Amino acid sequence: MEDLTRAIRAQPFFDGLDDVKLATLVGCAQNTRFHPGEFLLRAGDPASVFYLVREGRVSLDVEIPGRPALRVETVVPGDIVGISWMFPPARVHLDARALDGVLALSFDGTCLRGKMEADPALGYALARRLLALTMHRLERVRLQRLDVYKAT
Amino acid sequence: METSALHPLVPSMLRITRVRREIDDVFTLRLDVSGRPSGFPFAPGQFNMLYAFGAGEVAISISGDPGRPGELVHTVRAVGSVTRVIQGLGAGDTIGVRGPYGTPWPMKEARGRDLVVVAGGLGLAPLRPAVLHALAHRADYGRVVVLYGARTPADILFRKDLERWRGRLDTEVAVTVDSAPAEWPGMVGVVPALLHGAHFDPAGAVALVCGPEVMMRFAARELSSLGVAGDRIHVSMERNMKCGAGLCGHCQYGPTFVCKDGPVFRFDRVERLFQLREI
Repeated sequence: MEDLTRAIRAQPFFDGLDDVKLATLVGCAQNTRFHPGEFLLRAGDPASVFYLVREGRVSLDVEIPGRPALRVETVVPGDIVGISWMFPPARVHLDARALDGVLALSFDGTCLRGKMEADPALGYALARRLLALTMHRLERVRLQRLDVYKAT
Repeated sequence: METSALHPLVPSMLRITRVRREIDDVFTLRLDVSGRPSGFPFAPGQFNMLYAFGAGEVAISISGDPGRPGELVHTVRAVGSVTRVIQGLGAGDTIGVRGPYGTPWPMKEARGRDLVVVAGGLGLAPLRPAVLHALAHRADYGRVVVLYGARTPADILFRKDLERWRGRLDTEVAVTVDSAPAEWPGMVGVVPALLHGAHFDPAGAVALVCGPEVMMRFAARELSSLGVAGDRIHVSMERNMKCGAGLCGHCQYGPTFVCKDGPVFRFDRVERLFQLREI
């Protein structure tokens, strides 16, 4: 448990959270490992968990019927995989697969939602962090969509 | 730096010695400068006006090694009427060249500091001489980081260079693409996002950024958010250049002329212009 607390505290995502809030999070977290090629999430599955990547890279892929699967982003350490768990009942939208050996903190979405609702200060602190990451991802996606390298 | 021609507006006729296709619409020309006593000296970041007979002139960055003035190298994307004519030329054909023009990357100012190179698409061409210079004078710089973004894996420019640079223990190289098939083992995402995983000291690093303007704007913002000051971020601007000598006004960019005052600018001096909808 002490190791898990240390691992959570080491993540910039949780910077600024006090020890009490970090201890609350530990109850919903566990260390997870994935081998290269292993799926963290599969599109269509219930969205009940999210991962904070500590080591390795995770691909986000879209399966398109009749066409080759498309990779839309590579997630690197410090970023999260899985946002849909915030809004139940939710399904995973993208396949998330380990490109390398991946070490991640996984958080049980049901457990975390319960604690966020019971402690609004914790809920606000986490929602703010998740929103910041989501905003950065949205900005990246917008830049990607501009297709700026296409010859005109 | 002096231009190579007798008069800055008179092109020299140079023979193409080799043409290499880089990617689908991008090719590299090597030009014979053996007839010149000192070859074709230039500074990283400078450009030449290339003249295709009967078609016109176009400003093209020099993409070769500044430590090897015995060969002049240009990497060109065939997108307009002039560049398409140049694409049709081969070894033995002649092309008009005048230059070099423009301000260079601040390689002297960056000495003793970490060097962060952020390139997008064809923007790697004008940055290639800067990377080659830094690697040839490796002890002059701190960490050297090269971050490159392309449209797809098939659009990655100078792939062999990137592999060679990545193979060095003293250089950090990361490549990303905007989209890729699921079997692509590399990174997918925009090049500014690579800055967060790169290893350099933001407090002292000098950043050289080249690519589409919107990409440079995002990259400069990421660099700023990491703590790189605006006077240490340098961008290379592209405008429709005609004379190359600040006479005709075609490349006027607010109060500056890109061909004469640029193409390399300190970001804090042009940041305001990046925000304007029209200039």
